[in-house]
Amino acid sequence: MKIVLNGESREVCAEILSDLLVECGFSGRVATAVNEDFVPSGLRIAQKLTDGDRVEVVAPMQGG
Amino acid sequence: MKSFYGTQLPNSLMLGTAQYPSPAILEQAFRESGAGVATVSLRRESGAGQTFWQMIRELGVLILPNTAGCHTVKEAVTTAYMAREVFDTNWIKLELIGHTDSLQPDVFQLVEAARILTGDGFQVFPYTTDDLIVGERLLTAGCEVLMPWGAPIGSGRGLNNEYALRAMRAEFPDVPLVVDAGIGLPSHAAQAMELGYDAVLLNTAVARAGNPVAMARAMMLAIQAGQLAHQADPIEARDMAEPSTPVIGKAFLS
Repeated sequence: MKIVLNGESREVCAEILSDLLVECGFSGRVATAVNEDFVPSGLRIAQKLTDGDRVEVVAPMQGG
Repeated sequence: MKSFYGTQLPNSLMLGTAQYPSPAILEQAFRESGAGVATVSLRRESGAGQTFWQMIRELGVLILPNTAGCHTVKEAVTTAYMAREVFDTNWIKLELIGHTDSLQPDVFQLVEAARILTGDGFQVFPYTTDDLIVGERLLTAGCEVLMPWGAPIGSGRGLNNEYALRAMRAEFPDVPLVVDAGIGLPSHAAQAMELGYDAVLLNTAVARAGNPVAMARAMMLAIQAGQLAHQADPIEARDMAEPSTPVIGKAFLS
C-alpha cells in the first residue's frame, strides 16, 4: 500500500497505524495524525490505513 | 505573583528553546538564568526528538508547547491535541499566524481556536496583539492568561506600543499578562515588568546573542529589577526639573 508519511511517499505493508509506527521504526514520544485528524495513541491500534492516506508522526522539538 | 491556571511560576522568565548554537548552550542558558518555563514545539520526527525531550525533562522546568507556524484553526487545534499527548500537559501556547512577514496573529481565528480548546480542557496561553477587545474576547472564550506581542517575533524591537500595553494592564488588572515576542534587550524586558506585566516570554534575544548564557542571565536580572521597581511604586515623569537637594539652608556665596 502506498501512503504519504511525513510528506514523503512510502510503500508499506502495515494496514493499521500502530503497525506502521513499528514498521517505520518510530518509538518514544510521538503523536500521530491521519489525513489531518489527530489519532490519540490509544486509538492507533484501531486506525485502519488505506491507500493514499497522509500520515503525520511528530515529536518534541525546539520552539519559541 | 499571579498564578497561571493555578500554577505558581518560580519566576517571570519564560524562555524559548529554539535557535541556540548547541544543545549544551541551551541547557546552560536555562541553568544560569533559572528560567522557570520552557517553550517547545512539535515537528515531524526525524530521530532528534527523543534526545531533545530527554534534555528538556532534565531541566526540571514547566513545559509550554506551542502551535508555532499554524495558519488555520484546524491546524492549530490538531497540533494542540498532539502536543497535549506528547508533552502530557494541558498548557498550550496558541499561535495562529495571520501574516507572513510580520507573523502577526490572526486574532479572529485565534479566538475561535481558543474557544474550542478551552472547551476541551486546555489551558490556553494565546499569543495575541495588544488589542483590548480581542483580549476581552479571548477571556470570554475561556482564556485565563493573555500574551500580547511587544513587537513582531524575532524582531528584537522591544515594546513597540507601550501605551497599548499599559492600557491592557489597566484594563485587565487581575489577568496574568505576558509580553510575548519582540524583546531584544534586557531593558525591554525590564520595561515590560515595570509596566506591571507578570512575565516575559522570549527566545531569539537570548539564543542569537553572541553569548546566550550571559544574555539569559541578563534577561533574568532585568526582569527581577523591573518587577521590583513596579512593586516599589515608581515616581511619575514630569516636564520641569525639581531640585533633589534641599534649597533651604544653602550658603549665600554670590
